[in-house]
Order: sequence, then structure tokens, then C-alpha cells
Amino acid sequence: MDLDYSAEELAFRDEVRTWLRANLPEDLRGKVARYESLGREDLLRWHRILADKGWVAPWWPREWGGTGWDVVQRYIFEEECGYAGAPPLIPFGITMCAAVLLRFGTPEQQRRFLPRMYRGDDFWCQGYSEPGSGSDLASLRTRAVREGDHYVVNGQKTWTTLAHYADWIFCLVRTDSGVKAQEGISFLLIDMKTPGVTVRPLILMDGGHEVNEVFFDGVRVPVENRVHNEGMGWTVAKYLLGHERMNTARIGTSKRELENLKEAAAAQSKGGRPLIEDVRFRDRLTRLEVELMALELTNLRFLDQLREGRPPGAEVSMLKIRGTEIQQMLTQLMMDAIGPEARIVRSLGGGDFDPVAAEMAPRYCNYRKTSIYAGSNEIQRNIIAKMSLGL
Amino acid sequence: MRFDYTEEQRLVAESVRRFVQQDYGFEARRRIIASAEGWSREVWATIAELGLLALPLPTLHGGFGGRAIDLLAPMEAFGDALLVEPYLSTLVAARLIERCGSEVQQAALLPAIGEGRLVVVFAHAEAGARHDLSHVATTVKPVIPAKAGIQSPGSVIPAKAGIQSHLTGKKRGVLHAPCADKLIVSARDGNDVRLFLVDRADVTLHERVTLDNLRAGDIEMRETPAQPLGERDAMPAIEEAADYATALLCAEAVGAMTYANEATLEYLKTRKQFGVPIGSFQALQHRMVDMVIECEQARSMASLACARVDAASDPVARVRIVSAAKIKIADAASRISQESVQLHGGMGMSDELKVSHTFRRLTAIARELGDVDYHLDRFARSSAARG
Repeated sequence: MDLDYSAEELAFRDEVRTWLRANLPEDLRGKVARYESLGREDLLRWHRILADKGWVAPWWPREWGGTGWDVVQRYIFEEECGYAGAPPLIPFGITMCAAVLLRFGTPEQQRRFLPRMYRGDDFWCQGYSEPGSGSDLASLRTRAVREGDHYVVNGQKTWTTLAHYADWIFCLVRTDSGVKAQEGISFLLIDMKTPGVTVRPLILMDGGHEVNEVFFDGVRVPVENRVHNEGMGWTVAKYLLGHERMNTARIGTSKRELENLKEAAAAQSKGGRPLIEDVRFRDRLTRLEVELMALELTNLRFLDQLREGRPPGAEVSMLKIRGTEIQQMLTQLMMDAIGPEARIVRSLGGGDFDPVAAEMAPRYCNYRKTSIYAGSNEIQRNIIAKMSLGL
Repeated sequence: MRFDYTEEQRLVAESVRRFVQQDYGFEARRRIIASAEGWSREVWATIAELGLLALPLPTLHGGFGGRAIDLLAPMEAFGDALLVEPYLSTLVAARLIERCGSEVQQAALLPAIGEGRLVVVFAHAEAGARHDLSHVATTVKPVIPAKAGIQSPGSVIPAKAGIQSHLTGKKRGVLHAPCADKLIVSARDGNDVRLFLVDRADVTLHERVTLDNLRAGDIEMRETPAQPLGERDAMPAIEEAADYATALLCAEAVGAMTYANEATLEYLKTRKQFGVPIGSFQALQHRMVDMVIECEQARSMASLACARVDAASDPVARVRIVSAAKIKIADAASRISQESVQLHGGMGMSDELKVSHTFRRLTAIARELGDVDYHLDRFARSSAARG
């Protein structure tokens, strides 16, 4: 057993680090560091910088632009990006929809969509959840009725992340209600500019606009935009679930946040001494750091097994649960480090106002979503209980 | 021993509950927090009409002489409704006026407060204080010779001859400062911390909004005219008022937690996934049960704190009980707020749902007037003092 990276892996990590130092634009890094929200152009700009370098979709087959990196290299790359404070790569196109197209798409669909995804020509979003279908995704009711060479789509999606930026949405729709719920679902790619598509913002409790309701009212979708056969949408969705959760632990980002937290706790004083020397606070900080240390190693152990060719299983659920718990605790300790002034979140003008400190309480609120989205942590526990423990 | 309300307490509880249901529904509150002032003077007038402002004031000055325990029901109702008006802030200021002010000051201020004509809040916290009540750097300078008094619109408060003062300093994140007509400002005078009355119009106020949609303000004073409230060191009175406020805050938290639990329970019973209500899943049932237990434990401690905070004869016992209550309330508030959002799923994250506002209020209350760490230390010290 050797728990260290190999010399090659360390050299690779240094290469990524050096490149990030030289190519991650300072203004984007600054926005991320100040917890500012990133706009469509910010996100696409970073996507395109990576695309120009050839690193935007490392896991894709080489013929489509992949790098040929193994799972550990991919992990190193992603964690280094997170640690450096790079904007997130929005996964809906290059990670999720691409996975589906590469596995189930026709050659025409692959040629039509993959290069545009790679270059960041289109912004993608994911149309899964509906008002009545969250954890029980298979109960979805958005209907697609075949009329000649089109589907006519009627219904509603909800919690649709960044739909207000999106050019395209991939959707699970019901094409047959006369069969078992899972068997009547199909997977459609829908141009957001099609008449009948309406996006309505859903404001979250931190005041931010990141999710939406998306309404479909007689939306005509060409049949050639269906991926895989009619009625095979559930197979596609299940395949995709693994991809959604591959990098859910977000170790690199959490490491950076932990450093920020330590800096904040050193800068704040309590009873005339730095807060970081306060035993109660320091103990909580240490427990969190130990948990993160353990999760990093757990993550690497799972990756090592994947490298040996074992398919990913319930392990990704474990990473999702513990990774999001760590992210949430980081935001909570950050808010607590700021102290009573963290309650102030907005200035109506004048005086000393620290906009970064004012982000901490809303951020704590916002991060409650992480244990709800992408398969709630309750669903992840069900998956582990069933798949891994046989309960 | 008696845990149910007295007849008077029951009547107050009923009238507050009716008011909150009729005039302070979630939509009404949404309009209030979106308004320019961020609070409703109309609601304020109704609170005064119901006698809730006069309730704790001394009978000598138009009040009913109510104790903290008599405020349990109103505070719970306001916690449920997520009231943004300066009720608790005003009660704390009135308490300081009653404890520290001269007869003349009490007569001039307390009836006006009780009738809802005058809003006074306590401006105490300063940058970097965290929860340390003795961290006061605002300075006071006596002005000699004396002027006739401080004139302010609506009220005339004669100062005692020769002791009008000037304050210089900054106060940070003062809840409800923008709602106030007058401020009680703490300032350092040698080893003492003293209190002063200041007209809000005489300070520079930078308005802020809190996580839970309260209005607050950063205050700057530069040679600001001030009238002393009391002659002596006010630290014991400040500590007592903070404990009084903390006990009432605990009651407010119980109201908010009760709402969070009711809303979550309703959601578990009505939200269907996999063809059944999600409340039929045992894993979720157990979590709901734990939330209910937490709330009951918190309710017990809030009652205890409100019952004992007025018994000022033994400050050590007061500190011990209030800190114990705040520890329980803060832990329960964290757990219940987080679980209520989690069990609501995505809906719990939405600004459109009241439970997300309750989450924010509980997050704030858990840290207001001392976070868990502060009260753990304080409890330990008070226990050591008892021996």
C-alpha cells in the first residue's frame, strides 16, 4: 500500500498548477474569492479558455477532444481547478448531456451537438425535476405526444438550474402513460428558443436567482432530437446519475474554503485573542479538517478501484453525502467566524460595509441546497442501503 | 407549580394570536419587508392598541407591570409570525429607562413608548465586540456650561442642569435603529459604561438589512448631544437587560420552531413520492420526532428563563438559567431550522415559502445576544461562581 501520488501524478499536478497560475484570469479568480455570483459570460469565458487548451472535457474519447487522462489525473485536474478558485464548469452540457450522447446518441446527434458543447457555443441546462416529481423522478408528468416528425411537449419542470442562461435543455418527458412509469419516459433535447418555452425565476432564500421553473406549452420538438429509443429515457437517466455524482465531493474547493476559514478565524478576535485560538471554535474547525482529510483519502481509494476497472457504485453516494456535509459545515463555521455582524447582509448605503462578510450568512443558507439537489442525501442513503448493503 | 396560563395571560395570548392571524399573515409580511421603511407603523399602532407595548411597563407610567413570563405568549406569536417590527428592541430600551432613568425621564418617555408614539432602541454593539457586553469604546465628554435641555420634535426632555454630554464613536449593526425616534447609547466613562439618550436625527445612520429582513443601522456619532440616563455605571443594568432580552428571544424562537415543525409535519403528510406520503418513511418519521422533542425541550427552557429572569435578587442564578436556556434554544433552532428545510426538499429553499424565512430567523436568533459558545462559557463561569 502506498498512499502517495506517483512521481508522474505529482508532475502532472504541477503542470496543471503552473498552467492555472498563468491562465486563470485574475478577475474571475477574484470574483470566486469574493463569493460574487458568476454570470453567463463569466462561466462561458472560463469554459472557452479550457476548451482552447484542450482540457474542457478530459474524459471524452480522444476523437472528440478528450485528453486520455485516467480517473486519478481527472480528479487531480478538477481538484486543482477548485483549489485555485476557478469558476465551476457547468456540467449540464459537457459532462451530462455529452455522456448521454456519447453512449446513446446517433452519429448525427454526436456531430451536431458535441463540438458545440466542447467549444461552449451553447449553454445547457437539465430538465428533470417537476413540481410533483423530485426524489421520485419516474413519476414525472411532462407529456410529449408524437405528431408526424415532431413531439408536442406540454408540462412543467422546476428547480431548473441556470435555465435563464440556457440555449438548450435536455429533458425527461412522458411519451407513454399506458405502461409502467419507468417504461414510458423518453429523453429529448429542446431548443430553449422554441415557441412555447417560458422560463420563470425561482428566488432562493439567499435572494439569489439560480434556479427556475420552465414551462412547455405546445412546444414542437423534432423527432431527431430524441436520444435513444422512445421509452428508453429511464435507462438514459439512470446511466446519467453516475455521471452527475462523479465529482461531488469537491475536495479542492473545500480545501480552499478551509484555508479561507482559517484566515478569517485568525483575523477575528474574541476576548482579545484571535478566534482561531479559541478552544471551542478551534475544535470544531479541527473536526472539520479531519473529516475533509479522511474524505480526500476515501475519494482517492474509490478512484483507485475505478482505475482497476470496477464500475462506480454506491461509493459516489457516500462522497456526495459526506462532501456536501463538509461544504455546509464550512459555510456555517465561516458565518460563525464573522460573528454577530454576519447577520447584516445588505447595505442601503454609506458607512463601513464589508460585502464579503455580508455574503457568509446568505451562503450558509444557499448551501442547504447541496444536501437536497442532485439526489437528496436521503435518496443517496437509500442507494447505499440497497446497492451496497443489500438491505 | 403551575404550567398553564393565568386567565389574564390566556386573554393576551388569544388577542395576539387573533391579531397575527388577521393582520400579519405571510403575504402581509412580504409586503411590509418590501416597503421602503421595511416595517409597518400601522402594525405598530395595532400592537400598541392591544396593550402589548404597555404590558411590561410600570403601572406608575401607564403600564400594566407585566413580567417576562407574561410576555411568553406574545413573543411566541411574534416568533411564529416572524414579526419585523421593533417590539423586543423597544421592550429592552423601556427596561433600561425604567432601571436607569430619572423619574422625570421615565415620566417623559415610558407612557409615550407604551402608547406607540415613541420608538426607542438600545444602541450598544460595536465593531469587534462579538458578544462581549463590556466592549464599549464610544466616548463621552461633559458639556459645560449646561444648556436648557435637548429639544426634539414631539417631546421635550429637560436635562438635569450641567450634565448634558457629547458622544463620539460608532455603533454597529443596531437592530431597528432606523425605526427609532430615540436611541439609548452606551459610552465608556473611565472604568464605567454609562447610558445616554440621543435623538436619532442627531446621529449619522447607515441603514442595513439583516438576513431575516429586519432593518438595522450602523451609527456614527461625533460630538453628538446626549442626555445622561442615570448617574452610575450601567453595566449591571445592561447585563440584566440583555438577559431579559435573551429570555424573551428564547420565547420568540419557540414560536418560530413550533411553526417550522407544524409546516414540516404538514408537508410530510401531504407530499407524495413513490405513491405514498413521504411521512410514511420511517427514516423521516424519526427525524420529525426528534424535531418535536427538541422543540419541547426548548419550550421548557424558554419558560424557565422567562419565569426567572425578573427575580433579580440573585444575578448569578439569573445568568445561569438564561444562558442554559439560550444554549438549548440555539441548538434546537439550528437543528429544527436545518431539518425543516431538508425535509421540505427544494421547496424549503424557496423564498416563496415561509419555512425558508423561519429558517433565516432561527439562524439569526441562534446567534443573537450571544451564540452557543458565548453562553457555554458564561454558564460554566456562573456554575463555578456558585461553587
